[in-house]
Amino acid sequence: MTLDQVEVKEGVDQETVDAVREVSTYKYGWETEIEMEYAPKGVNPDIVCLISEKNDEPEWMTEWRLSAFERWTQMDEPKWAMVNYPKIDFQDQYYYARPKSMAEKPKSLDDVDPKLLATYEKLGIPLKEQMILAGIEGAEDAPAEGRKVAVDAVFDSVSVGTTFQDELKKAGVIFCSISEAIREHPELVKKYLGSVVPVSDNFYATLNSAVFSDGSFVYIPPGVRCPMELSTYFRINAENTGQFERTLIIADKGSYVSYLEGCTAPQRDTAQLHAAVVEIIIEEDAEVKYSTVQNWFPGDENGNGGIYNFVTKRADCRGARSKVMWTQVETGSAVTWKYPSCILRGDESQGEFYSIAIANNHQQADTGTKMIHLGKDTKSRIVSKGISAGVAQNTYRGLVTMHPRAKNSRNYTQCDSLLIGDKCGAHTVPYIEVKNNSSRVEHEATTSKVDDDQLFYCRQRGMDEEEAVALVVNGFCKDVLQALPMEFAMEAQQLVAISLEGSVG
Amino acid sequence: MGIAETRISQLQDRVVGLSVPASAWNAENRTAAVERLQSMGLPAPRDEYWRFTDPKSLNAIEAPKAALFDPKETDVFDTVDRLEIVFVDGVFDAVASDDLSGSNMTIERLSDAEGHDSHWAADCYGALEAIGQTPVQRPFAALNTAYATDGVLIRVTGKVEKPVNITYRHANDTSDAILHHVIKLEEGAELTLLENGPAAARFNKSCEVFVADRAAFHHVRTQGRDHERRAVTYIFADLGTESVFKSFTLTANGALTRNECVLRLNGDDATAHVAGASVGDGDFHHDDTVFITHDAVGCESRQVFKKVLRNGATGVFQGKILVKPDAQKTDGYQISQSLLLDADSQFLAKPELEIYADDVACSHGSTSGAIDEEALFYLCSRGVPKDQATDLLTLAFLAEAVDEIESDTLSDLIVEKLEGWLERHRP
Repeated sequence: MTLDQVEVKEGVDQETVDAVREVSTYKYGWETEIEMEYAPKGVNPDIVCLISEKNDEPEWMTEWRLSAFERWTQMDEPKWAMVNYPKIDFQDQYYYARPKSMAEKPKSLDDVDPKLLATYEKLGIPLKEQMILAGIEGAEDAPAEGRKVAVDAVFDSVSVGTTFQDELKKAGVIFCSISEAIREHPELVKKYLGSVVPVSDNFYATLNSAVFSDGSFVYIPPGVRCPMELSTYFRINAENTGQFERTLIIADKGSYVSYLEGCTAPQRDTAQLHAAVVEIIIEEDAEVKYSTVQNWFPGDENGNGGIYNFVTKRADCRGARSKVMWTQVETGSAVTWKYPSCILRGDESQGEFYSIAIANNHQQADTGTKMIHLGKDTKSRIVSKGISAGVAQNTYRGLVTMHPRAKNSRNYTQCDSLLIGDKCGAHTVPYIEVKNNSSRVEHEATTSKVDDDQLFYCRQRGMDEEEAVALVVNGFCKDVLQALPMEFAMEAQQLVAISLEGSVG
Repeated sequence: MGIAETRISQLQDRVVGLSVPASAWNAENRTAAVERLQSMGLPAPRDEYWRFTDPKSLNAIEAPKAALFDPKETDVFDTVDRLEIVFVDGVFDAVASDDLSGSNMTIERLSDAEGHDSHWAADCYGALEAIGQTPVQRPFAALNTAYATDGVLIRVTGKVEKPVNITYRHANDTSDAILHHVIKLEEGAELTLLENGPAAARFNKSCEVFVADRAAFHHVRTQGRDHERRAVTYIFADLGTESVFKSFTLTANGALTRNECVLRLNGDDATAHVAGASVGDGDFHHDDTVFITHDAVGCESRQVFKKVLRNGATGVFQGKILVKPDAQKTDGYQISQSLLLDADSQFLAKPELEIYADDVACSHGSTSGAIDEEALFYLCSRGVPKDQATDLLTLAFLAEAVDEIESDTLSDLIVEKLEGWLERHRP
């Protein structure tokens, strides 16, 4: 069913419906024809060793992967999420695919296959010439000299190149593919890999630990404010291939980094698997912003194909006054299973989670966050907006826990959902665990999100009710969207048109 | 041994001393429940539905010992003009009970009725419990249907003026009682059911309520103050068009209380309110688990749960509103709040919404925190002693739940009980 046929209930803007439709037209469904090299289908210790070998890894890494694989064989797929999909045959997938031209790791971007560069250019990520990002619509108000974003581009199983590495090096920042980091900075990888998401954390994280082929690595040294935004762009291109990437970000004492992640895939009839792990370590006084626009192929109107997106993302605020902010816009994937979490271990550390999840047609999204308060005076804030259309199902699932030691901590949660049409579903599954009395937890999901005082103020200035509501709602929505870096301006612009009037909690 | 086998073998041990009473009309219902129970087995601590409450003491073969407690006061509803029914450790007390008759209703004991050849309750007994097993399994409810030793069957045909009060006394410190009530309100009928008392060392009670079109069912209960008692209780109700269902529970103390309420709004414009106030000091674990299904147009449901916890007490709330695809114009509201009076207590909540209709207004809220210091300071500055000021603020916190009781007489009695409890449990 298309959105055109939907009878929209009173109170939902036509603009919102149009915006949802616009967002859900998939523009990245094309495919790059490029010669690929595959590992044999299926997963077993030989494949795990092969991936390790292809990445030229030291022995300890191979062992780490093998022990993860061993554990994975004893684990069961999680069943608790409100998503339904045919059983995945884990042996009917390619776990490693790389463009033939990448057999020899290119020394610089000049050596990278032009076809690959063209792919990223088409996606709006000019890796080579226009390293200064300018072309984004709606970014006209950017500073005249342009903004720099360093990009690590991951194509199927390998990283094809990382930009601005030299300039970052001057600042002491390490930004490279994880395979490179394992070779070049083993001491850092050894210390931090698996320390936030343990090998046996969950079914998909364990699988990822065994077979991850590439991903990004970031280290920001003490006191350094990363001179530019860092970004990873993930592209799945090959058919029947799972993408398993691993991202490790370490923000040392007093540092700051803003990290962006984008992802797309070609349009195909068969579903593809994507199981990533992101680990973030934040030391004292450091701050990390992690923003995602997830735009994997969502499947066609009849629910064929699409990406199964099973992702484990977690930030560990280890030091006092450390801060993490997750912002996500989830518009793609046939099935999403994703809960970016914050472990607030350091005293006075802060975690924030802003999410907009849009599910249309046959998409199913089960997403949310965990805020685990362990340190004193920790603060967290969750703002989640779910929008369902077509026959999609959208679930917010979250956990807020205040441990006995987490005195004087504070959480505020708000999750709202909007249904467009009567065939879709919106669900909320929050878990709240409070184990001390000096902390305050508030969970709220209401229909009238428009503040009466604000409304009254607008009315008093001569606006009619509708105008006033639109202004307040838009202002509120912008609040969330402004948390997104400017590089996501295009998507954000469309999303701003979405009002959450008439929502249900 | 796998988890499934463990559950089943635990169950075999658990039901060893229980037997299914013979009955011409009820045998089939009971046997079906035995089968349901056997297919489920007993709950395990890792079950999602038992995430916050450990079923161990309910699974145990013998009821854990619970010392008798003498509250040294009269029963809460003593001043109300009522029809009194008394069970002592789950056994009917004919002497203490009134004559089982009233206008506009028939009222019988389950164990008496099961001796008859046929009965109106044949279509009702276990019916709502069976439906209530999906989508979540409730093994103790099936166990109750299968093995209940007694209970009351009430059929209401018109407005019943005098409330029916069931008093559960506890006289034996190892008693293990299982009671099952069936209440059927015909079209336009009205009944107020009161319940009070600690019942037994371990108590499993199920109550199936059929509310026909335009009928009204009011329910007020207090669960006794025995410190060591354990209870798992179920209310299953089906609501017809424009019917009303209102239930309020006051729980004070008790080592473990799990109150489950499973409602289905099947007729258009029905109203269901479920409220609970619980106060716990020390070894107190209280769990409110509510599942409300909206399956008709224009229905309203409210869940209001307030918990006051101190000295390591634990409060649990698991509430769910399920709105089916055609249940348009649903108004669903759910609030769960806890007031933690000291640093040791905890509140665990899972307020859930599952919505498949687009023209609905559903909201939920959940908060947890300490007493408002500013309000306390204000009261103290006006000359109210700190103890009393704390009590006053605590009562104000509980008021939203108590206000759900329609009858002022009954809500006054509840407030009185609460005041007494707070006074006795000052730090």
